[in-house]
Amino acid sequence: MKIIVCIKQVPDTKGGVKFNPDGTLDRGAMLTIMNPDDKAGLEAALRIKDATGAEVTVITMGLPKAADVLQEAIAMGADKGVLVTDRVLGGADTWATSTTLAGALRKLDYDLIITGRQAIDGDTAQVGPQIAEHLGLPVISYAQEIKVDGDSVVVKRVYDDGYHMVKAKMPCLITALSELNEPRYMTPGGIFDAVNAEITTFGRADLVDVDDSDLGLKGSPTKIARASDKVRKGAGEKIVAESPEDGVNYIVGKLLDKHVI
Amino acid sequence: MDFTLDKKYEMAQNLFKDFAQNEVKPLAQEIDEEHRFPRETVDKMAKYGFLGIPVPKELGGQGCDILTYAMCVEELSKVCGTTGVIVSAHTSLCVDPIVTYGTPEQKAKYVPDLASGKKLGAFGLTEPGAGTDAQGQQTKAVLDEATGEWILNGSKCFITNGKEADVYIVIAVTGVVEKRGRKMKEISAFIVEKGTPGFSFGTKENKMGICASSTYELIFTDCRIPKENLLGQKGKGFSIAMHTLDGGRIGIAAQALGIAEGALETTINYVKERKQFGRSIAQFQNTQFQLADMATKVEAARLLVYKAARKKDEYQAGAKVSYSVEAAMAKLYAAEVAMEVTTKCVQLHGGYGYIKEYDVERMMRDAKITEIYEGTSEVQRMVISANILN
Amino acid sequence: MNKMGAMNAEEYAKYKGVYVFAQQVDNVISGISFELIGEGKRLAEQLGVDVTAVLIGSDVKGLADELAEYGADKVIVVDDPELKNYRTEPYAHALASVINEYKPEIVLVGATAIGRDLGPTVSARVKTGLTADCTLLEIADFPINPIPGQEQKHNQLLMTRPAFGGNTIATIACPDNRPQMATVRPGVMQKLEKKPGAKAEVIEFNPGFTPDNKYVEILEISKAVSDIKDIMDAKILVSGGRGVGSAENFKILEDLAEALGGQVSCSRAVVDSGWMPRDLQVGQTGKTVRPNVYFAIGISGAIQHVAGMEESDIIVAINKDEDAPIFDVADYGVVGDLNKIVPQLTEAIKAQMASK
Repeated sequence: MKIIVCIKQVPDTKGGVKFNPDGTLDRGAMLTIMNPDDKAGLEAALRIKDATGAEVTVITMGLPKAADVLQEAIAMGADKGVLVTDRVLGGADTWATSTTLAGALRKLDYDLIITGRQAIDGDTAQVGPQIAEHLGLPVISYAQEIKVDGDSVVVKRVYDDGYHMVKAKMPCLITALSELNEPRYMTPGGIFDAVNAEITTFGRADLVDVDDSDLGLKGSPTKIARASDKVRKGAGEKIVAESPEDGVNYIVGKLLDKHVI
Repeated sequence: MDFTLDKKYEMAQNLFKDFAQNEVKPLAQEIDEEHRFPRETVDKMAKYGFLGIPVPKELGGQGCDILTYAMCVEELSKVCGTTGVIVSAHTSLCVDPIVTYGTPEQKAKYVPDLASGKKLGAFGLTEPGAGTDAQGQQTKAVLDEATGEWILNGSKCFITNGKEADVYIVIAVTGVVEKRGRKMKEISAFIVEKGTPGFSFGTKENKMGICASSTYELIFTDCRIPKENLLGQKGKGFSIAMHTLDGGRIGIAAQALGIAEGALETTINYVKERKQFGRSIAQFQNTQFQLADMATKVEAARLLVYKAARKKDEYQAGAKVSYSVEAAMAKLYAAEVAMEVTTKCVQLHGGYGYIKEYDVERMMRDAKITEIYEGTSEVQRMVISANILN
Repeated sequence: MNKMGAMNAEEYAKYKGVYVFAQQVDNVISGISFELIGEGKRLAEQLGVDVTAVLIGSDVKGLADELAEYGADKVIVVDDPELKNYRTEPYAHALASVINEYKPEIVLVGATAIGRDLGPTVSARVKTGLTADCTLLEIADFPINPIPGQEQKHNQLLMTRPAFGGNTIATIACPDNRPQMATVRPGVMQKLEKKPGAKAEVIEFNPGFTPDNKYVEILEISKAVSDIKDIMDAKILVSGGRGVGSAENFKILEDLAEALGGQVSCSRAVVDSGWMPRDLQVGQTGKTVRPNVYFAIGISGAIQHVAGMEESDIIVAINKDEDAPIFDVADYGVVGDLNKIVPQLTEAIKAQMASK
C-alpha cells in the first residue's frame, strides 16, 4: 500500500506574530513548523505503516526551504519526500495550489492521499477537497479516525452535530483533523538519517496534465484586494478591585446602566 | 574551530526542546515535591530512542553521537534536572562502558535492551568510605573456582537510578597487586543484573535536589554473578571507572548547563513581567548587568560542554585523542556556573524565588549536586592541574 | 485535465443573481441558511437581482416556504433519494449542476463542516475561485483603487476573511471568473426577520444521480447527544478560561449564568483540559459568538479566543492578571480574584432582579 501525505510548512504562532509595515505577515521573521492538521495526517499514515508496512511519501509545495518540513517528516518515519518548487508556482491561491499538487500526484503512485483539514496560515480547508476533485477521487473531509479495511478505508467523519462512519474504496483522499491523534516526535536517529535522505524535487516540467494558465499567481482566480493585520476593538475601562465588593459593585452598576438587568 | 551547528543538531535540539516542554516540564514540580521517579517519562524517552542516542545502530541505538546526547541532557535539564541525570547516568555510566569494554556476547546481551530503553542502567563506584578515590574501595569480588562464579560482598552508595535500573556496572576489589613496590588494590568491573540473589537495596537517600531521581544504596551479600559478567580485563576496573567518569562528566556538564539555561530563561521572562516602583525590574541596570554576566557565563559553559562532547566524538571515531581534561573543565565550569546562575536567579525573583511554586527554587537545589557527583569540583581541578603540570 | 482558462466576456455576462446553499440536516434547515439568505438579499439588492436558495436533499420540498419566509425570492429544489444524508459527491453534483444550469454571479455556502467540504469541491468542479470562512461581504470595485493599465471592474464581490488564527484579515475578489464563491462563517451575518406566509418561486431541478466510486458508503450515523443549547443563540454568555481552575469550579459560572438567564461557554484551554465539552468552545477553532453580553472570566484573551467573541455588544472581563490581553478588548474590566467576585456578583444580581 502506498500513502502520500500532503504537508505544509507554516509560520509558528507560538513565538508571536510579526508583520511587515504594509500589514502582511512577515514570514521571514517567524519560526516555521509543520502544519498541525497535516502532522496529524502524517501520524495517521505512519500508524497505517506500523500496522501494515505501507510506504509513506510526503509531498509539499513551497520555496526550497520547505524541504525542512519533509526532513522532519522523514525523521518521524516517512519513507520519501517530494518537494514541488518552481518560480512559476509562486502566489498560488487554493485553486492553483490544488492544481499544482494534483499535477505532481499524477506522477506518483498512491492508494491513499491524506491532507490536513486546513493550514493555520490560510485557514481555508480547501486544498484537500480540490485536489480530490482534480484527480477524480472520493474525498472524506474532517477525519477523526482512519482504518484500512481491505481495499477500502473506514473513516469517522465529524460534523457539527455528530459524526458519520464512512467507507470509501481506495484510491481516495482524506483530510485529517488535528484531533485525529497525538503525532509522534522525531527520533534522534531518524534526524541523522533524514538530513542525508534524498528529497525528490519536482519543477513545472514534472507536473502532469497541468496547463500553464492554471499555475501560480496568474492561475489564481482569487486576487487579494486588501490585506492588513487586524484592527482590534480598543480597550474599554479597567478597574483594579481592592476588594471583591468593589468589583461586584462596578459590574452591577454597568449592567444596570446598560439595562442588562 | 567551527562554531556553527549542522542542521541535524538544530533539528535534534528542536526535538529535545519540544519533548522537554510538552512531556517533561509539566511533571517537573510534581515529581520533585513527591520525590517520585518519573517512570512515565522514562518510558516515553525510551520510545523515542533517547536512551540510546550515541549507541551504534547495530546495537539497537540511534547511531548519533555524544554531542547529540549532550544536547538531549541539556534540554531535558532546562526544565527538569532529574530527568537529565536519569539519561546521563544510564547512557554515560552504564551503556557506554559496556559498548566500550564489553565482549561481543556482553554487548549483544545487554546493549540493545539498554539502548532501546527496555532496561535502565546504573553505575556503582561510590562507597560510604570511598568517593572519587577508587583505592578506598571495600566491595570485594572473589572468584569461586568450583562454580566459576564471582561472589560479591559490600555496598555502594548514592547510586543514581538506584532501585529503578535493571543493569548495574559495579566496581569491586578482586585482589592485591604490587605496583612499584607498593601493594595496591586490584580493581575490576562487573555487570550485575537486578534480581540476582544477594543483591538488594538499602536506604533511599532523601536529597536536597534532583529529588525525583532514585538514589539508593546497593547491597551485595554473597551475591553470585556469572564469570562472564566481568567487564573488561580483570584488574582494569579502575581505568574503566575513570574512563567512564570522563564520559559521565560530559553528561553532568550538560545537565549543569541545562539547569543554568533553564533558570536564566525563566528569570528573563520573570523580570520583564515583575513590576517594582512602577516599572518592570528588567528596566533596572542591576538586573540588566546581572543578566548580561549570567548569559555570558552560560554561553562560555556551552562552548566548553560542546567542545568536550565533540572531542569524545573524535575519540570514538578513532582519533588518538583524550577528552579527559575537556570533560573535567566542562563539568567544573558548567557546574559552578549553574550554582552561581541559579542563586542569582532566585535573588532576582525576590521572595517568590524562595517559594516552591517558582521553578528557580527547584533549579537552585538541583544545581548543587552538579558540583559534587561524578567527581567534585575539587577533583576536576586535580584532573585539570595534573594535566597542565605534566 | 481540469483547466480553468479565462472566461470569455460573453459567458461571463450570463452569470446573474445571488445564490445561497440552503443547508439542511435531517430535513431541518440549519441556522446558517437563513443568515446566508439575509446577507444574500442585502447583496442582491445592491446588484438589483434576486436571492435564490438552493435546497438539496431528499423529501425537502416542504422546507421551501420557510426559506421564503426568511427572504428567499426563489428556491431551487434538488430532491433525490441519493441526497438523504450529506455526502460530498451527490451534493457537489447537485450544486455544481445548478450553477452550470442557472449561472449565478455569486454563490454563498455556510462555512460549516458540510459547507467547507462542499464549497471547495464545487468550486473546483465549476472552475472558479472560492474564498473561505468570510466574515464580511461587500459589493465594490476591484481593484479598490484604480491602477493604471488595469481595468477596474465594478459590482464585484469583495470577500473579507480573517486568516492566520485571526491575526490578519484579507479582502479577496474573484474578478475574472464566475460565479464568485464564498463560504461564510456561521453566526456573523444577520438573518432577516421572518415574514410568515411569504412565498417564493419554487423550481424543481434534478440533474440525475448515478452512483460511482465517489459515492461513499455511510455505515453509521451518530448524533452528539447533547441537550445543551447552542451558545451561538445565547444573549448572555458567561465564559470561563483556564483561570477558573477546575471543572468543578465552573459551578460558580453556571450559577451566574442562571441568575442572568444566560449560558456558560469556555475557551479552548478548558476544552483541552477536559473540563467542558467542545460544543461550548468560543474562538477560532470553536464557535463565533456575538451575544449582548459576554463575560470573560479567567480567560487570558489569546487572539484565537478573541477572534470568536470580539463582536459581542458588551464584554466584561474578570482576571487576576492586570496585563491579560482580554482587557484590551473588554468594555469593562475588573482585576481581581474570580473565586471571590463571581459568587458575590451572582448574589448581587439576584438581589437586583428580586427588587424589580
